Order: sequence, then C-alpha cells, then structure tokens
Amino acid sequence: MSTHVPESESESETGAPEQTEEQIPAAQQRRLAKKQERSDQREQRAESESETDEQTVHLKVFRYDPEVESKSRPRFDDFHIPFKKGMTVLDALIYSRDHYDSSLTFRHSCRQAICGSDALFINGAQRLGCQTQVSDLDDPVRIEPLPHQEVVKDLVVDMEHFYEQMDAVDPYFRDEDVPSGLEEQNQTRENREKIKMSTRCIWCGACTSSCNIAAGGNYLGPAAINKAYRFAMDDRESDALQQERFETIEQENGVWRCQTQFSCTNVCPKDIPLTEHIQELKREAVKSNLKFW
Amino acid sequence: MSQSYDRGLVEDFGRWAEFSAGMWAWVFHKFTGWVLIGYLFTHIAVLSTAIEGPALYTNTLQGLEALAIVRFMEVGLLAVAVFHILNGIRLLFVDLGVGLDAQDKSFYASLVLTGAITVASVPTFLAGL
Ligand code: SF4
Ligand code: FES
Repeated sequence: MSTHVPESESESETGAPEQTEEQIPAAQQRRLAKKQERSDQREQRAESESETDEQTVHLKVFRYDPEVESKSRPRFDDFHIPFKKGMTVLDALIYSRDHYDSSLTFRHSCRQAICGSDALFINGAQRLGCQTQVSDLDDPVRIEPLPHQEVVKDLVVDMEHFYEQMDAVDPYFRDEDVPSGLEEQNQTRENREKIKMSTRCIWCGACTSSCNIAAGGNYLGPAAINKAYRFAMDDRESDALQQERFETIEQENGVWRCQTQFSCTNVCPKDIPLTEHIQELKREAVKSNLKFW
Repeated sequence: MSQSYDRGLVEDFGRWAEFSAGMWAWVFHKFTGWVLIGYLFTHIAVLSTAIEGPALYTNTLQGLEALAIVRFMEVGLLAVAVFHILNGIRLLFVDLGVGLDAQDKSFYASLVLTGAITVASVPTFLAGL
C-alpha cells in the first residue's frame, strides 16, 4: 500500500506543476533550443576549421591601472593567440596572461560557470568568460569589464554595491524559520519546481550590469529581487518573514523600478527568467496591498 | 580602490547597436511618451484660442491645416500615438505575465502595425495639399 500512489493523488500532484511547466520552462526550452542550435553550428564550424590548422584569435582587451603611468588612461590591448578547439574566452585570457603580459588582471575561479567571478562584457554583452566559446564570437573578440561598475584594474570591477544590494534582501532563511532538533523541513514538489530556476543564481552580477535602471541608482536590481523571489515563494518561509520580505521589495527601490527591458533575462548565464520573477512579485505586491479577497 | 575609474554613461549611449528588442521598446516608449506630453501642450494652446471666440478658433485651425508641415507632423503624431498605444498593450500583457517569451516578437509586431497604420493614414492627412 505504501509503495502505491493512489491514482487521484498522483494526478493532483502532477496537476499543479503542469501549469508552471507551461509557463516557466517554456522560456527554458526556448533557451535550450537556442543553445543546441549554437552547439550544432559550432560543431559544423569546427569541422570545417580543422582543415586549416594554424588559427589565431584576435583579442582586444580593456586595460586600465591607476597605479601605472602608461595604463592610467584606459586603452585596448591586442593579443593574437593560437586557437584551440573548445577554447573559451577565459582560456584565451589566461593564455594571454601566461604568454604575453603577466600584469593582465581578471577574476576567475571555478572555470565551469559555478562561481560567477568571471562575468565580463564580451562583444557587447555580459557573459561568463568560462562559459563563452571563442568560436561563437565574431573576430576580434572585444573583452571589457562589466559596465556600470567602477573599474579597479583591467577587467576587475568593484562589486561592493552589487553585494550590498544582494544583502539588502536577506538572502537566507532566518533562524526563526529553521526547525529545532531533527525535524524535517518539507517542501512540496510543486513548490520546488516553482522556485527551481530562481535558486540557480551564482551572483555573477551580469544581469544588474546589463540594467540601465540599476545603473547609478539604488534600485535593488534583478539579481537581488530574484533572490527575494527565491525565498518569498518558498513554502518553508514563515508568513511573518514573508511579509517582511515583501515590505523590502515593495519599497521605492524595489520591484516597481523594473521597466521590463528584459536585458537581465537576456544575459543571465543561468537562464533565470528574471523579468518574469520580478513581474510576479509586482503582482503579489499589488494583491497583498489591495486585499479585495 | 579610491582611484577606480568610472566609465560613465557616454559609452552606454554609444552602445545603441547592441540594444535588444526589449531595450528598444523601452527607449521608443519613453520617447513617444514625451512627444505625446509635448503635443498635449500644443493641443491645449490651440484649443484655448476658442476662449477668444469661434472665429479665432476656426482661423487658427484653418491656418494650421493649410500648412504642409503641420499635415506631415500629424502623420508623425499618429505614428507616435499608435506605437505608444500598441506597446502599452504589450506592456500590459508583460505585467500580467502573459507571453513573456514573445516579448520581442510583440515589439516587432507593434512596429510593423504602427508602420502599416501610419502609411495607410497618409492619403487622409495629406489630401488636398
Ligand atoms: S540572476 Fe543570473 S545574471 Fe544575475 S547574478 Fe544571478 S546568475 Fe548572474
Ligand atoms: S570561472 Fe567560475 S563562473 Fe567562470
């Protein structure tokens, strides 16, 4: 009996996610299809390229260093490096640093799109260096630090403000919500599905850098609001804390500043439907304030 | 850190070629919005000539309509208003979470429709020139 799920129950279980699946993963599927298309193109190109073996990549890299006289005025340096199949922009940067200019400065760590430290402005879009194939890009590859943040040195920007905005939404469960002892914290499958995408954020800052509303002002920005969404929509958060979270995002600098440009959604390396989440929070905020029902 | 370099906004406007559909929709929506506000003042100014009596009002209107440039500007005004309305409807759907995946397509559709309606209006506005 215990192994058998009654039909009506299994139906009701799959009933709800079906609806969310229609909405959220549709965006995901579209992105996956795009990725597949790109990888097919890449393979084709790699096949045709393997015939000409000595290939070089032309990098144009932003340079700036206030402490070095010759670099205190921002400029672009050119690097011509040998192309290898499967080479990412980060690989190309590392090659340039190791072989040509050891002072070239950039952040990276995991090299597998997990740590979020190497978000850069590559050929006009915010992307992760380690996730972007050189063969996907037009030549020359133009690499700049993330826009809208102050440049500290070469490709390194000051992320302080971004982290402050992330912290402003308290991106964690509070002690009060964590049951004491060995009590389980249950989350329904549907709820897990609902917040699944929002949990993927790696704090790379690409989205906030792409948003010109977030530039300069105090707008929380897509990443912080997505974090708020991740917790506000979680079953396991208590009503009182959820209410508090809503108060944070309903403030002047919260969700209302989003002007639905979709820039954040376009650049997020983790395919998080950011604009969708922001809009949903707007609706929730309206609902919680109107209380007609 | 104190010496960090702020690249400012100039480059951002210089990056217009890299704007995506959503960004263009936003730019156009703001622009058309401001144009419509500007038109509102002109509109009120023309209407207020009626305070001085019906003759002045009729004269003003006829005088304006006789000018070719005014008629051309009316075509432009229609284009601006139609785009603002269509994109406004698009934004309403975005707000409701409907068709977020097609936000770029709906923007292009608004553009095409605006173009079609504007072109169709040309004979009416420019008739009798
Ligand atoms: S939401 Fe996406 S783009 Fe923004 S910080 Fe998180 S992973 Fe990066
Ligand atoms: S190096 Fe960690 S995300 Fe690219």
